[in-house]
Amino acid sequence: MKDHFHTPLRQTPFHPRTSALNRLNQWGAWAGYTTALAFDDEAMEYTAIRNGASLYDLCPMVKYRITGPDAAAYLNRLTIRNAAKLSVGGVHYTVWCDDAGKVLDDGTLFRHGAEDFMLCCQERHLPWLLDSATGYEVQVREVTEEVAALSLQGPCSAAVLQAAGFDMCNLRPFRMAKLGFEGVEITISRTGFTGDLGYEIWATPAQALPLWDALMRAGAPWGIRPIGTSALNLARIEAGFIITNMDFIPADQAVREDRARSPFELSLDWMIDWEKGHFTGRRALLAEKARGSSWALVGLDIEGNVSAEGSLIYHNRKTEVGHVTAAAWSPATKRNIALAQVRRPHHTGDTLWVEVYALRELQYHKLMLRAHVTERPFFAPARRRATPPGAF
Amino acid sequence: MIYDAVIIGAGHNGLVTGAYLARAGMKVCIVEKNDWIGGAAVSRELYPGFTYSNCSYVSSLFRPEIMRDLELPKHGLQILPYEGGAVLTRDGGYLAMFRDHDANRREFARHSPRDAEAYDRYSRDILRHCRFIRPLLMRTPPDPSSFRPRDLSELAFLGRQMFDLSETRIYEMIRFWTMSISDYLDEYFENPVIKAYLAVSAIIGTALGPMSPGSAYVLLHHYMGDVDGNVGAWGFARGGMGSISRALGASFAAAGGEIRAGKGVERILVAGGQAKGVVLEGGDEVLGHRVISNMDVKRTFLKHVDEAQLPAGFVKKVRNFKTRGSSGKLNIALDAAPRFTALPDGAPMYRGDLHFTDSIERMERAYDDWKSGRFSRDPFQDVMIPTMIDPTMTPPGKHFMSCFVQYAPPRIAGAEWTDADRDAFGQTCINQIETYAPGFKDLILHMEVRTPRELEAEVGLTEGNIFQGELTFDQLLFNRPVPGYAQYRSPIKDLWMCGSSTHPGGGVMGAPGRNAAAEVLREARLGSDMSDAYAVL
Repeated sequence: MKDHFHTPLRQTPFHPRTSALNRLNQWGAWAGYTTALAFDDEAMEYTAIRNGASLYDLCPMVKYRITGPDAAAYLNRLTIRNAAKLSVGGVHYTVWCDDAGKVLDDGTLFRHGAEDFMLCCQERHLPWLLDSATGYEVQVREVTEEVAALSLQGPCSAAVLQAAGFDMCNLRPFRMAKLGFEGVEITISRTGFTGDLGYEIWATPAQALPLWDALMRAGAPWGIRPIGTSALNLARIEAGFIITNMDFIPADQAVREDRARSPFELSLDWMIDWEKGHFTGRRALLAEKARGSSWALVGLDIEGNVSAEGSLIYHNRKTEVGHVTAAAWSPATKRNIALAQVRRPHHTGDTLWVEVYALRELQYHKLMLRAHVTERPFFAPARRRATPPGAF
Repeated sequence: MIYDAVIIGAGHNGLVTGAYLARAGMKVCIVEKNDWIGGAAVSRELYPGFTYSNCSYVSSLFRPEIMRDLELPKHGLQILPYEGGAVLTRDGGYLAMFRDHDANRREFARHSPRDAEAYDRYSRDILRHCRFIRPLLMRTPPDPSSFRPRDLSELAFLGRQMFDLSETRIYEMIRFWTMSISDYLDEYFENPVIKAYLAVSAIIGTALGPMSPGSAYVLLHHYMGDVDGNVGAWGFARGGMGSISRALGASFAAAGGEIRAGKGVERILVAGGQAKGVVLEGGDEVLGHRVISNMDVKRTFLKHVDEAQLPAGFVKKVRNFKTRGSSGKLNIALDAAPRFTALPDGAPMYRGDLHFTDSIERMERAYDDWKSGRFSRDPFQDVMIPTMIDPTMTPPGKHFMSCFVQYAPPRIAGAEWTDADRDAFGQTCINQIETYAPGFKDLILHMEVRTPRELEAEVGLTEGNIFQGELTFDQLLFNRPVPGYAQYRSPIKDLWMCGSSTHPGGGVMGAPGRNAAAEVLREARLGSDMSDAYAVL
């Protein structure tokens, strides 16, 4: 492939379907692929996530296959969580840091076998993953293009799968199952980025179009819709999930040194396993634990209904203490929510205000709005965990 | 008539200094030995209908602040950004560079999946170094031995820049300044072709090999440029590099400046330890309250000033200032576009820079020839065809090709270059191109071959060094050109320097000329509308 300068952005294996359905012709670049931002109505797409069934093309997500006798030991050195405790057929969310204990990326780790893992993440890390592998009997391979993945999310997603012939009623959250599709094995995991009931389906590029067609056909009675990144982003904010390079900058990309964040500063320290032995960044994180951290990542509940995208945060309306990294009026909770980085100790008190520039008919109005630190996820329906899933 | 300032040399820095002084109300005369202006930023028609970029051939470093102050776009300057480039490999393949991030990553991945994902971190680290150095470009270096308030505040500025860095960054910085580009790239990449492409900027114009300590810094010097605010972006000047000089000349003229071209300076008039003007070849005198030399420091003080007027220690330091030439240049008029076997037709790489040196090892072997006083038998070439995006330089369908070549020593085995040496050098270069583009030689209508000898004779660059002095760490900042004289002044009152021999050094950047003007105006207590350096965003 030497003429790729003709197509700076690649198309995913689902492109023949997504392009035919993209009536708004709204496309965005994601990790080297062209992906739909919206298909025909962003609000309807969001509604499909929360009240029906939605289908999202997940292919651009960067994927690494990690195999070999030392795979679990290697991942324990690489990541802050205990990969050895992840049982075969399980999935967990994890994070890895540089030597200084600053976060390089977050991602989901799938254990396909005792010596076989897949790591999915937002950014590319092959040099770091290979450098970390020295001394381990392990192979690390970038496999993004070898996997075609779809995310089927929404309260009706289990019913859609059932109608498509995939019975996932007994699949618990963060577990996966392998089954046949047109004579070839696919993997279905009960995972997602919406904080709702949902599944991710992992197939090969050759299976992509038949799989898409099967799910769209099976989902028709439930009004299944392909969704773009804009609708998904709204759902993930409600779920309180963070995105690398949106809510924080990976340590190896930060030009300004003070931009890097530790797991403590992203409220991800709950994942650290201090007992599992050494992992990269451990010493620095221990020191930070003793010393205290500078930043906190919090959820905010902001008065009123004007979204606080990109706003600065003040302590007692005066001292700047942080900034909003993602914000939205949440249709599910009918609240004005935001994710924010706030300097400690201001993340605990009730002294925060956000300065919002509200655009009203081409004119900005400056608002100073009260913001309360609140629990994440903002929206956490019981259906997301119920096994078997409720009948919707 | 006594001018406020007489500037020697209408190179780009002389023009920049002249334009700033004229705009501040001074009566300025620039004297130029050639019949044309521009120094090494020059475009001449050596073959009917073809405009060349005879010396410098791309614009990346020219400071946007100067473009703004001197209104160069208004005076006709257009910069055409160019896209990427390629290294053609000996096995018939290539590695391309693209402006698009994802296309570029996939191209790298063809050669090394690992390196493809290492490039972002490399770029980030280089950017960090650039952000440290860039604010220093548009400032007069402090004299570290002085207690004058301005020197102290400039030293404090330097100190603050350093102080803002973490411990780790300081280690990285010091290592970077002293490392070879080869060692530096080894820390990020494994693929020889990728490393060869990225090492290029570290050797251009430098009498160092890619394995010489200190070469990594030179890379930074080339990466600091802006085109329309994009850090590190590169472009062609429409109509050739002479367009930059023409726009500067127009800006200077609009401010009331005068240029006297066609007669070189015989000597600088010094009386009572003070510069009074210049004597031109043929005896004409041009008098001024101050003389500002855009010539390099060696030419200025060893050829045009009576040594008896100078302190011996200063002269010795000037003599020891390293100006070893390392490069040559071929300017070729082509009957049609050349076709490189490896490149797909219409590939964007034709509109960028093309190289044939596909490993650092090969680049270093080319340098070995330079060390032993020969031009490289297998030279490194930076080949560009600006007419691919600027048809104004040639008749329709024809092309101009610029080949920057390393290495070419200032002297061949200790003796002067001869015409036969020059021709053999030219043949070596076009033979190399022919290997990758069969039939190329048949397209040649005219060829100008320039070795360090021609660069010195025509442009006046001592030993043919394109930076008016090597950009090694011992010759930078307050040690450029020589310790104690980094503030554009000389031991002779009212004799100033404004060329690339001074801080921050060579390249078509304009910063030495601008900084020199700032010092002259400060001493003359004249205000000016000079922009401060833009913030590093």
